[in-house]
Amino acid sequence: MRTAVLQFPGSCDERDALAAARLVGDADLHWHRDRDLRGADVVVVPGGFSYGDYLRAGAIARFSPAMESVVELAGEGGLVLGICNGFQVLCEAGLLPGALLPNAGRRFTFRQVDLEVVRTDTAFTSACEPGERLSVPAKHSWGRYYAPEETLDALEAGGQVLLRYDSAHNFNGSLRDIAGVMNAAGNVFGLMPHPEHAVDARTGSTDGLRIFESLRLAVEGARA
Amino acid sequence: MPSPPTPTVDEAIALGLTSDEHALISEKLGRAPNQVELAVFSLLWSEHCAYKHSKKLLRTLPTEGPQVIMGPGENAGAVDVGGGLACVFKVESHNHPSAVEPFQGAATGVGGILRDIFALGARPIAVLDSLRFGDPERSERSRYLLDGAVRGIGHYGNSIGVPTVGGEVYFEEPYEHNCLVNAMAIGLGERDKLVRSAAAGVGNVVVLYGASTGRDGIGGASVLASAELGEADEDKRPTVQVGDPFEESKLLECSLELLERGLIVALQDLGAAGLSSSASEMASKGAVGIDLDVARVPLREADMEPFEIMVSESQERMLCVVEPSNVPDVLAVCERWEVHGTAIGEVTGSGRLRVLHGERVVGDMPVAALVDDCPLYDLAPARPEKPLYAPAPATLAADATAQEALLALLASPNVASRRPLFEQYDAIVQSRTVRRPEECDAAVLLLPDGGAIAASIDGNGRRVAADPYRGTIGAVLECASNLACAGAEPLGTTNCLNFGNPEKPHIAWQLVEAVRGLGDACRALDAPIVGGNVSLYNEGASGPIYPTPVVGMVGRLPDASRAGRTGFVQEGDAVAIVGRREPSLAASELSRLRGEPLPDRLDDVDVADVRATQEAIRDAVRDGLLSSVHDVAEGGLAVALAECCLAGGIGARAELPQAGEPPVAPSVALFGENPGAFVVSGHPTALAQLAERVHLDIVGEVGGESLHVICGAAGIDSSLAELHAAHDSLRRFFP
Repeated sequence: MRTAVLQFPGSCDERDALAAARLVGDADLHWHRDRDLRGADVVVVPGGFSYGDYLRAGAIARFSPAMESVVELAGEGGLVLGICNGFQVLCEAGLLPGALLPNAGRRFTFRQVDLEVVRTDTAFTSACEPGERLSVPAKHSWGRYYAPEETLDALEAGGQVLLRYDSAHNFNGSLRDIAGVMNAAGNVFGLMPHPEHAVDARTGSTDGLRIFESLRLAVEGARA
Repeated sequence: MPSPPTPTVDEAIALGLTSDEHALISEKLGRAPNQVELAVFSLLWSEHCAYKHSKKLLRTLPTEGPQVIMGPGENAGAVDVGGGLACVFKVESHNHPSAVEPFQGAATGVGGILRDIFALGARPIAVLDSLRFGDPERSERSRYLLDGAVRGIGHYGNSIGVPTVGGEVYFEEPYEHNCLVNAMAIGLGERDKLVRSAAAGVGNVVVLYGASTGRDGIGGASVLASAELGEADEDKRPTVQVGDPFEESKLLECSLELLERGLIVALQDLGAAGLSSSASEMASKGAVGIDLDVARVPLREADMEPFEIMVSESQERMLCVVEPSNVPDVLAVCERWEVHGTAIGEVTGSGRLRVLHGERVVGDMPVAALVDDCPLYDLAPARPEKPLYAPAPATLAADATAQEALLALLASPNVASRRPLFEQYDAIVQSRTVRRPEECDAAVLLLPDGGAIAASIDGNGRRVAADPYRGTIGAVLECASNLACAGAEPLGTTNCLNFGNPEKPHIAWQLVEAVRGLGDACRALDAPIVGGNVSLYNEGASGPIYPTPVVGMVGRLPDASRAGRTGFVQEGDAVAIVGRREPSLAASELSRLRGEPLPDRLDDVDVADVRATQEAIRDAVRDGLLSSVHDVAEGGLAVALAECCLAGGIGARAELPQAGEPPVAPSVALFGENPGAFVVSGHPTALAQLAERVHLDIVGEVGGESLHVICGAAGIDSSLAELHAAHDSLRRFFP
């Protein structure tokens, strides 16, 4: 499996995502101006402050040439993972429903959070045990997941909410404790916490590896 | 365009020069300086750039060791951390800008120190910060400065993707009008690829890249950094620079790519005094001259005068020297990163900094006069005859119980948990952070070979105010103790000397004594000083700040997975005190709470003995003997025990000896401070192994949901919840 990790001016966590993706397969950084994804099985839109978060987090990155290809790839069923700023970009690009608003506390906040895995039968969570809780760091200023009530109802009914914060750890005030959502087709997933920062016991937990391991299983399963 | 009239001596004085200095400049030039030249000289001959009151002292510091790759004089210092890698680090102040505009002041402080790191070709991997404010409980201004500085540090570091992994903050009355914002950055690079800033190669091209140049920060180095703060500081707000971490992020990646591809000969960031300083420094180090055409500099405001372009402190700019054949490639890399790149000058053999505006020469100065000929002044130190600092108002009764004292200490802003601050910083980006803040006494950063860098920053100004020599030794020892707790041996030291006006004899005395202490301690620990910064004239309407040498230290440990932890871990582990117990309440946190005046000296410290204890602790951590390890600092042993409980989420019982002959009072044993003591926990047999090497007293056991301490007639019995509530007191300043 080969993963392309997008790199925008202002990306911060792209090397971390690259290292995490390399634990489960081949991976490269992919420059935002480069339209050709060269047959990547998975695209990761990483965290950071693409374009300095000017205008609105993720609002400018969605217009880059690479993102146009990502939208195409998503339309063809390719796997796309957006982390933190990448989640914001995917929402801005219309690949995922809802929006990320400023944290309830109006401050950048960094904490280790517990996440409840809502579903384990998806391309992004199949390596998790049912009912498992993941300990993963979160760090952002704009992480409050918001969507209209009807959308939230539909997301829950459609099984598109894959991760929820432990309610005591929902520091950003996300509606219904939502930490990560998938599109209806099941091939695009965005989350605010950082699984790529939870892949080495020396620097924290290894729980985030499950997300990358799930992607590997999905790609290899599709090939088998 | 007619030339502006030649400035008068009075105009030179208004820019911070003396009439003698103006006369000397005229002698060097063979005529009176014109407007451009005066602007350039006034900055390069400012305290901030020329270190004219501190250079002679700094020459006494130890700067050499087998591990040192780069010492003072370069953009930052560098030490060897093995595997062909160099750890590059430096601490710098941004005090006066932060006192005027805390958010931008602190943000650009971080931006500036990061540029010093990547100017050497190293990737910045961590930031630590050292902050000082007035009492936030009594001062709205201090709360405003605290909030703004923390937001500013977070804004810059978080956005550029460099983790803020540690730091320290103290709140004391003398910083009310003149807060301190010092930032330390650490970088990692291949030791053979570090680049120096010396310009070389006559005919090579000088390229300016990064943000365009505006009128922000004009005169920052002379007007703000080299004079006391006064009443009308609001008017100085335009002299504070504005930072843009997104621009810097591009600048960083662009610079590292230029260096990686070997496209540039020399590199220098633009900091204080902008182009003037960068070009002069590069020319001076390379013993060459530089011609700059200011008409080619991309401007934010078209009508800027040549002198304004030369002294602008607009942020996020770099200056490099390039062989002519490489210029197209350099400009292409700049374009890829969406960074302006412009050839603005040339290296010459003239030994002069010439400023051109198109065809016209608007300034022509010998580089040596700019960089080397600023007069250095001798200090006239005199020990003050009466105390310089009034005691803080008492907030704790002298007859308070031990329990009341412990809770008051934990809630004191100087001791309380820093979590409400560091939660506003990204501590983990770049995936090297082995120990997050409050998990270990030092920050621990993973190296590719499985080892780690440990880093600490410290400088308790109150103790230095009481005794500049011994107080500064204490700050150095505290850093080394923090490294020992991580399992690291010191490799090198950086420092920022934050003091008042050195032209005043008692401030000069503080400075001389502190530098003597710094040198003696670093020599005794074999932790040479590889770089640093001096910030003088830190005085406000109510007097000078506490003399505050901020010490940053970097070390190495062989196995990151064995880095020490602060918090108690294991029910049933034995708790022990390691090292000398000579606790004293002199200049302690408890004395401050009681409103007691500062003593006029601290106890002598046997540095060699403390070093031996640190080495024993370090080896025990490396051998995996200890479950937890924490050094005893502000608030003494009782606070250290409480911190171990809080960090681990588990209680402890202890019976503390009243060390000394005759035995000290329980309050001294519980809350007295002394360098070189540690609280450790572990299996009794492991502790017995450590006891073969160093003095160790087993005093209790880990377990339960509360901290229970007996010391003579005094006793403490507090639940973890009660301790936590007190320790979380800073939370209320960040609503």
